[in-house]
Amino acid sequence: METTTKKRLEIVIEAPVLERLTRKLDALKLSGYTVMPAVSGRGRNGSWSRKGEISDSQRMFVLFAVLDEAALAKVLDEVYALVSSQIGIVTVSDVEVVRAERF
Amino acid sequence: MGLFDLALTNLVSPPILFFALGLVAALIRSDLAVPEAVAKSLSIFLIMAIGFKGGVEMASASLSDAAMAIGAGILISFALPFISFGLLRATSRTGRVDAAAIAAHYGSISIVTFIAASDAGNAMGLAAAGFMVAVAAAMEAPAIFSGLILAGKQEGQSDRELFREVAVNGSIVLLVGAFLIGWATGETGREVVEPLFYDVFRGVLCIFLLDMGLVAGRGLVRQAGALQWPVILHGLYMPVIGASLGLFIAWIIGLAPGTGALLMTLSASASYIAVPAAMRLALPKAKPAVALTLSLGVTFPFNLVFGIPIYFAIARAVLG
Repeated sequence: METTTKKRLEIVIEAPVLERLTRKLDALKLSGYTVMPAVSGRGRNGSWSRKGEISDSQRMFVLFAVLDEAALAKVLDEVYALVSSQIGIVTVSDVEVVRAERF
Repeated sequence: MGLFDLALTNLVSPPILFFALGLVAALIRSDLAVPEAVAKSLSIFLIMAIGFKGGVEMASASLSDAAMAIGAGILISFALPFISFGLLRATSRTGRVDAAAIAAHYGSISIVTFIAASDAGNAMGLAAAGFMVAVAAAMEAPAIFSGLILAGKQEGQSDRELFREVAVNGSIVLLVGAFLIGWATGETGREVVEPLFYDVFRGVLCIFLLDMGLVAGRGLVRQAGALQWPVILHGLYMPVIGASLGLFIAWIIGLAPGTGALLMTLSASASYIAVPAAMRLALPKAKPAVALTLSLGVTFPFNLVFGIPIYFAIARAVLG
């Protein structure tokens, strides 16, 4: 099966900022993205867990999108402007996709 | 009933004992848990019920009294962060942005503390005016703007976007909506929902407070090491300062004891739902765990166990 190299953008982000991020990605007309809840973790601000949290402020989500390399720089600039001060992780990796025309 | 009797009545009431059970279970690291969806559903039920009840009682309240109490609540919510910020900066090594974020939590309110205090007031025969629900809703947001003023201008911050997100916060929309529905439908509406919103209210409050005990205890276990002693003490003396300011304002505007005690409770409580989320948007450089652990792990249990009966006893003595 033929595959094509694309970029996978993965963002671990705080729940309160998620809506702003997705609005920004919608405005950038990304072909698509997926959001998943994160369960627990530990980072520079200590450990956190979704279990038993009453406020959204301590919840984290993982958003990933697959996009063409040509679009990556602009998306990254916009994402960075939004999340640079927030808790979270932004990574970019190479992925092989089938149906390349969809990204 | 004296202060000791009021305190004892509060301490041995099922909601407080279930809260204590949750707290102890978390501290001994039990795996007891209330499923997330259940806890969320219970909080929706409690906010709906308390909003609706307040609305129904508005029929017998004076609109000018309500307007005065709402104005007083907004003033208190706006003012308290400045006191909190000044005291934190004077007594601890908390940085400007962290102190502003913590201060915003102390100007805003805890709706669960408000619900527990309303329930305790009813049990003590000191029911409050229905418009206190509107006062609670009005006191959620002003402190956020005080926090932003105290922190100074932050890079890339959009106050307009933040205001929209705070104003449409789910618990505020539900509280105000249920209040308006209760007000519009009055006694007829009350008869329709009485079995759900009135009869089983205390039982549901027990389950929810069990969960709140677990949440508060787990937050303490996880983050206690991150809090300095002057900051922990802040979580204990700020409710007293807030309640004193609430009492003073209640006395000036002539509130009845039960209503005044609720204004004291609102002023003494600290937010752990709306403000933490708003602070992550407005002041992302502030450490979220410190303010949340302080408001939920220190101030919330203090108010629930000791504060509420004290506020009612003092309100009855001063405003009665």
